[in-house]
Amino acid sequence: MAATETHQAIETVFRIEQARLIAGLARMVRDVGRAEELAQDALVAALADWPKTGVPDKPGAWLMAAAKRRAIDALRRDKMQAKKHDEIGRDLEGERDTSVEDLEGALDDDLGDELLGLIFTACHPVLSPEARAALTLRLIGGLTTDEIARAFLSNETTIAQRIVRAKKTLRDAGLSFEVPRGQERAARLASVLEVIYLIFNEGYAATAGEDLIRPSLCAEAQRLGRILAAALPDESEVFGLLALMEIQASRLGARTAPDGSFVSLMEQNRARWDQLLIRRGLAALERAEALGGADGPYALQAALAACHARARKAEDTDWKRIASLYDTLREVMPSPVVDLNRAVAHSMAFGPEAGLTLIGGIEQAATLHSYAPLPAAKGDFLFRAGRLAEAKTEFERAAVLTCNEREKAFLLKRAAACDG
Amino acid sequence: MRVMVMVKATKDSEEGLKPTADTAEMFVAMGKFNEELVNAGIMLSGDGLKPSSQGKRVAFDGPSRTVIDGPFAETRELVAGYWIWEVKDMAEAVEWVKRCPNPMPGPSEIEIRPFYEMADLAEAMPPEATEIHDRVRDKIKDR
Repeated sequence: MAATETHQAIETVFRIEQARLIAGLARMVRDVGRAEELAQDALVAALADWPKTGVPDKPGAWLMAAAKRRAIDALRRDKMQAKKHDEIGRDLEGERDTSVEDLEGALDDDLGDELLGLIFTACHPVLSPEARAALTLRLIGGLTTDEIARAFLSNETTIAQRIVRAKKTLRDAGLSFEVPRGQERAARLASVLEVIYLIFNEGYAATAGEDLIRPSLCAEAQRLGRILAAALPDESEVFGLLALMEIQASRLGARTAPDGSFVSLMEQNRARWDQLLIRRGLAALERAEALGGADGPYALQAALAACHARARKAEDTDWKRIASLYDTLREVMPSPVVDLNRAVAHSMAFGPEAGLTLIGGIEQAATLHSYAPLPAAKGDFLFRAGRLAEAKTEFERAAVLTCNEREKAFLLKRAAACDG
Repeated sequence: MRVMVMVKATKDSEEGLKPTADTAEMFVAMGKFNEELVNAGIMLSGDGLKPSSQGKRVAFDGPSRTVIDGPFAETRELVAGYWIWEVKDMAEAVEWVKRCPNPMPGPSEIEIRPFYEMADLAEAMPPEATEIHDRVRDKIKDR
């Protein structure tokens, strides 16, 4: 029994240390796959030693030293082999073993930003967003391939192949595993934030009854966001994204009805919103704004989420502020969906006519051609403007377009209400 | 999962903060530990509590309510401070607690307790109670 407990403790320690371990090793050997193998070797060594010696005081340092020994042994072996092939027969003892010394030197460096370097590498733009997400969850989140597959509703083979290919791409690209500086950082950071938000949204999209690993992606993404915020305290968009995720996650407990169905934002029981996450989200947003990043795409979306978080009741929502935030958002992040949301916000702030005017400009957008929320919103504007016959047509159109049965029923009910 | 990590009181903590070298050293060590927690993305909040001499208790027995002034005797059962962490499981919380510097000059204890989650409460609470609790939570909201 004690052996099982020790075993579990070792695995937990490894889970905590894994990312930093791989990060440090990857910088040394310039190969994520090799770094992962070395980390696994260190785990095997710990499983053999710790049950006898107990868990060391600094388990992270112990694991790193064990992995480093392996790396150096392998390097020496390679060198020996190279010598034999060379047949020059120089005395190995007398020669300075530079790469081994380099290796040792690299390890003694302050490794404070190593983890950050690994995050930037795993999220490198040479990889597709899906590959970046899988690799990030594997290397930094410590998820198994099977867990990642279940989280993304995929199968293990596909994810395993995706990760293997990603590691190879990174190796072939010959990256330095360092944190990019200057101008390069902005572009690379955008790629990191995109991956974290992709992971978050995958978790947010999970519905009741699905594998529990899916909703846990939100927590995983929030953790990544917090790690990033601690490591990059001056990057406003990091705080913008963190704020957005914390505030959105604060509603996770309120958006599902007891029967498992989805509850829309305006209908949610706000008492169920997680106030601790809201406070953290609002603080992160304040920080993003204080850093001069109020107009960043993530900070703007966080500010929108914050408007809802601040309203005690749905009726208290500050729609004028929301409308004005959408005005800015469409400048920095133009998209037909943003335009549609903007029209809705304007209709709530300034009346249905304002919504109708704005929606007129986007009705022709090809991407919204069979997008149910468009006629649903227009139907609502027309209904509120008293143009019931036209509203009815729009609600019926939306009902045909939606695949969600509950939503269809709701829209047909609204259409029927137009008959007075 | 969310856990509360409670630093249990000792004779020392019950005497209140003293500006000694030991206290200063503990604050530095604790600061570093907190920094690690933040860097790892698991710390959500945390605070220290004043000694029980500044606390009060209300004892319940049927309809009677009796106010008892601190300090309270059973020191080991008192809480001197707490964190709220978001961890993957209890094993992770235990590992992190092991890394905490001893918060007290002498022997001390830290206790980890998971939060109830919505699903746990749904089973135990009748709908009318849920409704009242929701209303209360709504009223104590910050804004």
